[in-house]
Amino acid sequence: MAGKIRFDLVSPEKLLYSAEADMVTVPGREGDFAVLAGHEPFISIIRTGLINVKGGDDGDMRIFVRGGFAEVNAEGLIVLAEEAMPADDLDAAALDARIKDAEEDLADAKDDAARAKAAEALEGLRQMRIHA
Amino acid sequence: MPSLKSFKVRIASVKSTRKITKAMQLVAAAKLRRAQEAAINARPYAERMQRVLTNLGTAAKGNPGAPRLLSGTGKSDVHLVVVATGDRGLCGGFNTNIVKLARQTITRLLSEKKTVKILCVGRKGREQLRRDFGRHIIDTIELAGVKQVGFAQAQMISARVLSMFEEGAFDVCTIIYSQFKSVIAQVPTALRLIPADIPDNADARGAVYSYEPDENEILEDLLPRNVTTQILRALIENAASFYGSQMTAMDNATRNAGDVIDKLTLVYNRTRQAVITKELIEIISGAEAL
Repeated sequence: MAGKIRFDLVSPEKLLYSAEADMVTVPGREGDFAVLAGHEPFISIIRTGLINVKGGDDGDMRIFVRGGFAEVNAEGLIVLAEEAMPADDLDAAALDARIKDAEEDLADAKDDAARAKAAEALEGLRQMRIHA
Repeated sequence: MPSLKSFKVRIASVKSTRKITKAMQLVAAAKLRRAQEAAINARPYAERMQRVLTNLGTAAKGNPGAPRLLSGTGKSDVHLVVVATGDRGLCGGFNTNIVKLARQTITRLLSEKKTVKILCVGRKGREQLRRDFGRHIIDTIELAGVKQVGFAQAQMISARVLSMFEEGAFDVCTIIYSQFKSVIAQVPTALRLIPADIPDNADARGAVYSYEPDENEILEDLLPRNVTTQILRALIENAASFYGSQMTAMDNATRNAGDVIDKLTLVYNRTRQAVITKELIEIISGAEAL
């Protein structure tokens, strides 16, 4: 193992989480990807889902993220997410309400692009609900 | 000559004014600290976003298939000016300075025969712009009930702007807000939101990235987010500027109140002494007459 990778999770309002970890799995738009130390420079959009931190400073951690992108460079991995929270803090009731909203959005979607977007958001929320 | 009592009443009233301005100054100082913190906390996100966009944007700018948020609509006939001010006054020249820049910008655009639409964020901006540019104002977003501006508000405004852009309601969007330099210096600034303002000299110091999905798709996803981020930055800077300006204004007001109290006290004492002298003269002349 090539040592640890620096992992920063940033939201528009503040730096949420910063640690050194063995491995971080990120839900990319086109599939999950894991980042180890020495990963090639890489930028990907993320979808709603779960970030898995293995061997971080505070042990293993799971964090939910929604909307944003991930950047890997020589310094480490930076995830810019519009919304993020530790998986343990998820509130099932609040999620149910949002799933309902998302279902309505999907029903209201006018064109294919909007429908695809709404479906993706809904799928992400359902994923979160499973883990809550 | 005003009676002694009326002086006393005036001094008391100025004193309570001073108490209020002093309290407002302290509150503004505390809130300023929080607003500054928020501004610093928001920086990493904005910086990363800017860097990635610069990387991607410079390459994509010339492409005919580039997203419209980056390349624009090809015209600049209709301008949307977002004027971000505070919802409250008592903050020195904060609102006035922003509105002044907005006025200049709008007048210039109008003289170039452009169509101007104004979206006011904050009540004070609308109040001051209504008289001259009332028919250009399309809507006002008030943030009076919001304790601390954050991402939710930025997202609401940006959703509004973006949906208008999708409908083709405007070609160029500019936001006018007050940049926070320091407690005593706030600079009204106009920032172009759409098409995205990306500096030309992309410093290609970083490694070559691989992208997933491809560059254009990432741009499509990132550009709307960038609009939100920029609006958020404007709102946060505005909040810090507001409290900075308010603090300075209230500091001045407190000092002025002190001066007024000093002057009034002086007049009060003179009058009091004059009254005593007069009474003494009356007593003495009364005694001599006997």
